[in-house]
Amino acid sequence: MSDRIFGGTVLAVALLMMWATTLIEESFIQDPLGPKAFPMVIAVVMAIAAVVMIIKPDANPEWPTLRKNLELVATVGVLVAYAQLLPIAGFVVSTIFATGFLCWRLGASPRQSVQGGVLIAIGIYGLFQHVLGLNLARGPWGF
Amino acid sequence: MDTLQALGHGFAVALTWQNLLLALVGCFLGTLIGALPGLGPSNGVAILIPVVFSMGLAATPALILLVSVYYGAMYGGRISSILLNIPGDEPAMMTCLDGYPMARQGKAGEALSISGIASFVGAFVATWGLVFLAPQLVDVALLFGPAEYFAMFVLAFATLGGVTSSNQAKAAFAAALGLSLAFIGVDGQTGVPRFTFGNVHFYDGIDFLLPIVGMFALSEVLVFIEERGKAHSHTTAPITEIGKVVPPVSMLKDTAPSMARGSILGFIAGVLPGAGASLGSFMAYTLEKKAVGKKGFFGKGDPRGVAAPEAGNNAAAGGALVPMLALGVPGSGTTAVLLAMLMALNITPGPLLFTNSPDLVWGLIAALFIGNFMLLALNVPMVGLFSRVLRIPSYYLMPAVAMISFIGIYALTNSTFDLMVMIAFGVLGWVFRKLSIPMVPVILGVLLGELMEKNLRRALTISDGDLSILYGSPLAVGLLLVAVIGFVAPIFVSRYVNFKKLKAETTDPTTAA
Repeated sequence: MSDRIFGGTVLAVALLMMWATTLIEESFIQDPLGPKAFPMVIAVVMAIAAVVMIIKPDANPEWPTLRKNLELVATVGVLVAYAQLLPIAGFVVSTIFATGFLCWRLGASPRQSVQGGVLIAIGIYGLFQHVLGLNLARGPWGF
Repeated sequence: MDTLQALGHGFAVALTWQNLLLALVGCFLGTLIGALPGLGPSNGVAILIPVVFSMGLAATPALILLVSVYYGAMYGGRISSILLNIPGDEPAMMTCLDGYPMARQGKAGEALSISGIASFVGAFVATWGLVFLAPQLVDVALLFGPAEYFAMFVLAFATLGGVTSSNQAKAAFAAALGLSLAFIGVDGQTGVPRFTFGNVHFYDGIDFLLPIVGMFALSEVLVFIEERGKAHSHTTAPITEIGKVVPPVSMLKDTAPSMARGSILGFIAGVLPGAGASLGSFMAYTLEKKAVGKKGFFGKGDPRGVAAPEAGNNAAAGGALVPMLALGVPGSGTTAVLLAMLMALNITPGPLLFTNSPDLVWGLIAALFIGNFMLLALNVPMVGLFSRVLRIPSYYLMPAVAMISFIGIYALTNSTFDLMVMIAFGVLGWVFRKLSIPMVPVILGVLLGELMEKNLRRALTISDGDLSILYGSPLAVGLLLVAVIGFVAPIFVSRYVNFKKLKAETTDPTTAA
C-alpha cells in the first residue's frame, strides 16, 4: 500500500515535471536535441517507474507509531530551527541546543545530554575553527 | 618499463611529509568512519569534502586524503561487523555472516586479524591492478566518443541498482530523480534556466553535497531516533574480549586461496562501472562458498567467510578507481563522490589525466601503496583502539555526525537555504530507506546528469540529429547491451537468491559503497 501511495506521488511529480519542461524557453543557440528533450525523456522514465510501482507494490514497510512520528517531526523541526538560528546565535550556542536535543532523543539522560551537547559543540568548534581553520557561524558573542 | 618508471616518480611525489601525514590521517579517519555503523565511506568522504575545500588543499593532497579515507573505510567496516553484528558500512555486510559467529566463539581477535590481512591483500592486488590496467584503459578510452560515453553512463545507471536490488522500478525511479535534480539550474549548452521557478537559489543548480550529506548522514540520524527502543537495536552486549590478535599460521594458509579469489573477483567487480565494493564483497563471498563446497562451514564462523568478502571489498575499492581515473566514469558510489570533488577542483579525470597530470595519478597510486601498509599496521595490532571507540554510545556519536554534516555545508556556502535543502534530503532519505529505494542512483544522477546530457547532445550535434550515432560504433552497442543485461539480470537472479532475506538478517543497507 505504501508503495502505491508513493507511486502515485511520483506519478504526480513526473507529470508536473513534464509540464515544467514545456515551460523551458528555447534559446537561439540550438543544438539538435535542445534543452527540453532529455528532461522529457527522464520524466517519462519516472512516470513509467511510478506506474510499475503502483501495479506491483512491495510489501509494506514498518512505519513508526504515532509517538515515534511526532518525535521524528520534532527532530526535523529542531534541525530546521538550528539552520535558521545559526547565523543569528552563532555556532556554539545553537549547536549546544541542537546536539543536546539530539542526544536526549537518542537515549541519553537529560544530564548526559547537556554534558554531551556542550562537549560536542565546544569540541567541534575547537577542532574546526582553530585547528582546521574553517569558518563557522559567528554569533553576536564572537563565537 | 614505462609504467614502473611512472610509479617510481609517483613515489617521489607521495613521499613528502604533508602527503604522508595526510595519508596517515586519512587511513585513521577512514578506519574510524568505516568502523562506526551509520557512517560509511561515501558519507564519510562526503562530509570531509567541504572540510578539504575550506582547508584549501591542492588536488593531489586532497585526493590522497580522501582516497585513504575510502581505503580505510573498507578496512574499518569489518570491526563492527565482527564485534557487533552490525555492518560498519554496506560492503562489510557479508563479513557479519561469519565474523560475528567467530566472535561469539571467542575468536574475535582472529577474525579481526584475518580480515585485516585479507583487506590488505585485496587492496594490494587491486592497487597493482590499477597500476597496470588504468594506462591500458586509457588507450581504450581514446576510442570513446560522446556516443560511447553516453552509452557508458547508461551502463552505470542500469547496473547501479546492483545485483542485490530486488526492485528495478525503484532503482530506475531513483536514477530518474537524481538526473532530474541535475537538470535544475541554467542549461550549460543553451543558457536557458530550467526548473528554477524563478527562485534565485536554484539558478546555480543543487550542490551535489546537499543530497549526499542529507540522504546519507542525516537520514541515518533519523533512522537511529526511530530505531531506539526497538528490540533489535544496537543494545546487544558488545563483545568486549578480543582474544589473540595474531592469527595462527595454519589459519593463514587455509584462508590464503580465499583471499586470492576474493581479491580477483573484487577487483573485477570494482572495475565495472556502477558496481562497487558491496558487489565485490558479495560476489567474493557467494563464489567462495561455492568454491569451497562441502568442506566449508560458512555462516558458522568459517574464517574463509571472513577473508573472502574483506579481500573482495578492498579489491573492489581499488578497482573502482580504475574507471574513475581512466575514463572519468565512477566505479562505485564513493568514487562518484570523489569524481565530483576532482571536477570541482578543475581536474577532469579521463584519458588525458594520465598525460596532463601524471603527478596526481601516480602520486595517488604510490600513496595508496604506502597507505595500505599504514592500514595494515593500524588494523591488525591496533585494532583494540578502534573497538574501544565502538563503545561510545550512539547518543553521542550520531548528534556529532549530524552537526559535522551541518557545519561542513555551512562552512562552504554560508547559506541557510542550502541547509534547509539538506534537511529536506535527510527526510527524503529516511522515506527512501523505509520504502527500500536505493539512494546511490540518486547521488549518481545528481553528479553525472550534466555530463551525461552533455555527451548525448554533443553526439547528436556531431551527427546532426541522427539518432543512429548512439548505437553506431560496436563499442557503443556493446556497452548498451551490457547495460540492458545488467538492468534485466537482477530480476532473474532474484528468483534464485533471496536477497531481501539476506539483507534483513543484518541491517538496512540502502546506502552506498
